[in-house]
Amino acid sequence: MATYTLNINGKKQEVDVDPSTPILWVLRDHLSLVGTKYGCGIAQCGACTIHLDGKATRSCVLPVSSIGEQKITTIEGLSENGDHPVQKAWLEVDVPQCGYCQAGQIMTASALLESNPNPSDEEIENAMNGNICRCGTYLRIRKAVKMAAKS
Amino acid sequence: MTLVKTKIGRRAFIRNTGLAGGGLVLGFNWLASCKMTPEQVRSLPKEWFELNGFLKVGDNGLVTIMSPNPEIGQNVKTAMPMIIAEELDVAWKDVIVEQAPLNTTIFTRQLAGGSQSIRQGWESLRMAGATARHMLKEAAAQAWQVPFSEITTKEGQLMHEASGKSAGFGEMASAATGIEVPEEVELKENTNFSIIGTDIKNVDGEKIVTGKPLFGLDVQREGMLTAMIVHPPAFGMKYKGMNAESVKSMPGIKDVFHFEVYPEDTEKQWSDGGGIPELVAIVGNSTWECMQAKKALEVEWQEDSKLESTAYHDEALTALLEKAPEQPARKDGDVEAAFKKAAKIVESTYSAPYLAHNTMEPMNFFAHVTPEKAELLGPIQTPEFLELTLASRLGMPVEKIDVMMTRMGGGFGRRLYGTFAVEAAVISQKMNAPIKLVYTREDDMTQGTYRPAYKVKYKAGLDEKGNLIAWHVRGAGTNDDLIFENRFPAGAVDNYLAEKHSLQTNVTTGAWRAPRSNFIAGAEQAFMDEVAEASGKDPIEFRLELFDRAINNPVGEPETNDYDPERYAGVLKLVKEKSNWTSNANGKSRGVSAYYCHNSYVAQVLDLEDGDGMPKVGKVWCAVDCGIVVNPLSAKNQVEGGIVDGIGHATYSALSFKDGKPEQSNFDRYRLIRNTEAPKEIETFFVDNGIDPTGLGEPSLPPIVGALANALYKATGRRHYSQPFINERPPLVG
Repeated sequence: MATYTLNINGKKQEVDVDPSTPILWVLRDHLSLVGTKYGCGIAQCGACTIHLDGKATRSCVLPVSSIGEQKITTIEGLSENGDHPVQKAWLEVDVPQCGYCQAGQIMTASALLESNPNPSDEEIENAMNGNICRCGTYLRIRKAVKMAAKS
Repeated sequence: MTLVKTKIGRRAFIRNTGLAGGGLVLGFNWLASCKMTPEQVRSLPKEWFELNGFLKVGDNGLVTIMSPNPEIGQNVKTAMPMIIAEELDVAWKDVIVEQAPLNTTIFTRQLAGGSQSIRQGWESLRMAGATARHMLKEAAAQAWQVPFSEITTKEGQLMHEASGKSAGFGEMASAATGIEVPEEVELKENTNFSIIGTDIKNVDGEKIVTGKPLFGLDVQREGMLTAMIVHPPAFGMKYKGMNAESVKSMPGIKDVFHFEVYPEDTEKQWSDGGGIPELVAIVGNSTWECMQAKKALEVEWQEDSKLESTAYHDEALTALLEKAPEQPARKDGDVEAAFKKAAKIVESTYSAPYLAHNTMEPMNFFAHVTPEKAELLGPIQTPEFLELTLASRLGMPVEKIDVMMTRMGGGFGRRLYGTFAVEAAVISQKMNAPIKLVYTREDDMTQGTYRPAYKVKYKAGLDEKGNLIAWHVRGAGTNDDLIFENRFPAGAVDNYLAEKHSLQTNVTTGAWRAPRSNFIAGAEQAFMDEVAEASGKDPIEFRLELFDRAINNPVGEPETNDYDPERYAGVLKLVKEKSNWTSNANGKSRGVSAYYCHNSYVAQVLDLEDGDGMPKVGKVWCAVDCGIVVNPLSAKNQVEGGIVDGIGHATYSALSFKDGKPEQSNFDRYRLIRNTEAPKEIETFFVDNGIDPTGLGEPSLPPIVGALANALYKATGRRHYSQPFINERPPLVG
């Protein structure tokens, strides 16, 4: 076990965990930030996507010991009142079906728009390709990303 | 308005007048309870489930509507309350929706399955709203001393025009609790609907996009431990022994033990199908610590029955297709004689592999079992059956068992089989502590209740003019016999023979979105395309001629044919019109398909576009007849999801076995469709016919596989017979 001070959603948080613990489980089990989802544990589905210094990152394979000073943003910290343009677009388009993968989709989409405010259709699809949606909401995801980009 | 008998044993109403604020609470239990067999779940009898509604009117006019059925992404949590709100005549903005707990006293048929929630619930939900409105009106009539018939309602307001009196529902709610439950209620005419038929957004939308705890995996309680299971690595193996001591001393680990999930005396329900009788449990403080212990633990297993491989399943199914079963499932005319005189004969065999459900949220459940009571909370499509199994397994009366439903991160049939919840309860009982059982993705994928592997052989005979004169279908599946003998083209061909086999295997199978239809529709519609081509006719015209036959001069008694040929033809004509169908359209490769299942009719046209040397799915047109569309916005979402799901699984997905062991255990080797592979565009059209609503969670999936196959033929010149299509050599799609 070791103690880590993490910068999560703008707040310092201290945890005492095994150094190998993926940040996903630190968030979910130790800090009760359960918006970040477990889907596969091997960085294949994107359900666990967070921002690490603003970049979309798979939290399920990222040991807590590797975080250091990097800033973590989770779905809970993406916006104060759930009003990030991507969240608003997601609601406007009524993207979710079961909803389980959507936090990861939103984190990937918001990181994309941060680095590329006007992505082409192809850039959107490619950026979102790492996030599986078992319900098949892909067409609405594309539409919502475009809508958020315009706003 | 239509006057409708409430069909209610009025004693079955549960009234609770003790609410704070003098609210009105009504519970509904119209129909006697019925237990479902797996066969019923699959064959969708007309009267399958009962339905209940539940609502509270607050003194401020807000209305809480309980959504009785489990939410797996089919959006019933929005649609079912919409139906109640419509007949109650309250504004949607004044409605709060809550997930109802399992309560078999108040509710019945709290189940997500067979695309039946709206169909089976339609009348009951309407009556739930209408009965409450009636009682509010009666309360107002008494308060104002005016005739009941002169009271009108609109958006939560009661009005009496002659006297100018009006009141909100909230003002009359308390008085309404004293009103006798009516024997008859008025239902609105469809033309007066103001909520049904409008686009209403997902009631959980804001919680989903902000990451609020909604799902079973998000459940956390004071003092809760995490549990994981270790299951046999192969179907056909069982527990032999283990040395748990070294693992028990690992950090955070509380216990490691072997346990019987289903001892012999357990009274199992059909929803326990696929459950593994003995498992190993690992219980610890956190998920990661349990995962580490799971990796380190060495368990010995022994062979219990044959270790089957995909090659064996394939050979055994092929062998079954070679022989006629003792009895045909349906036989009209004389196919043998018809084939002898046929001018042309077309024959093809289609196959598909096992599929895992792969809900994005892996199986999990919270359980807190004490000697006094059991509290269960999690994602389950069949909570009532779970409660019955728990009563037997825990040795506890059902009154002491409390099952609550969370929103589910997907269902697709997997969560019909609540073995994981039983496991959670048994582990909690043993630990005497609250626990949350969590399956890893690997656990989830390697001990599923899979979509069976299937094989089907078709043979069709055409006369000189290209008319279909004989149709022979023989199908087989693993633990499943695949064929719906009374579906199209039964009833449209003089000489018709349907035969079916089931291959018993120890690989557990179960319902997977649109059971059987998810394969047979694609095979049938691909074969239909081959036959249409051999007849020299346009594939839509060829089908429409068959529907004409079934309409005007059906073979067999019309009621034995399990479809309405006019509605079937209707969706095909609609999609033809909307897609500007011509079989060689605008240089694009197009395929058409139509299918009926879950009481709804769907026809689709799919265009392929040139990808990087391989075809990609372009636009899909989809025509749907599911009767009244309760929520067009989410109905379109369901249709789109089914189309993406169908294209994805037919093209990319397979679960194979080697010596009883699944060869794919995570998304690195089990391929699911991704964003770049989904259609460019989907346009959906609903038939507007005012018929009571039917299923929509499943029907758009099955036919799209046929439309894709038929378009691929146009693009590549090759028919393909074996799913997933990506494995065809040379590859068909990328």
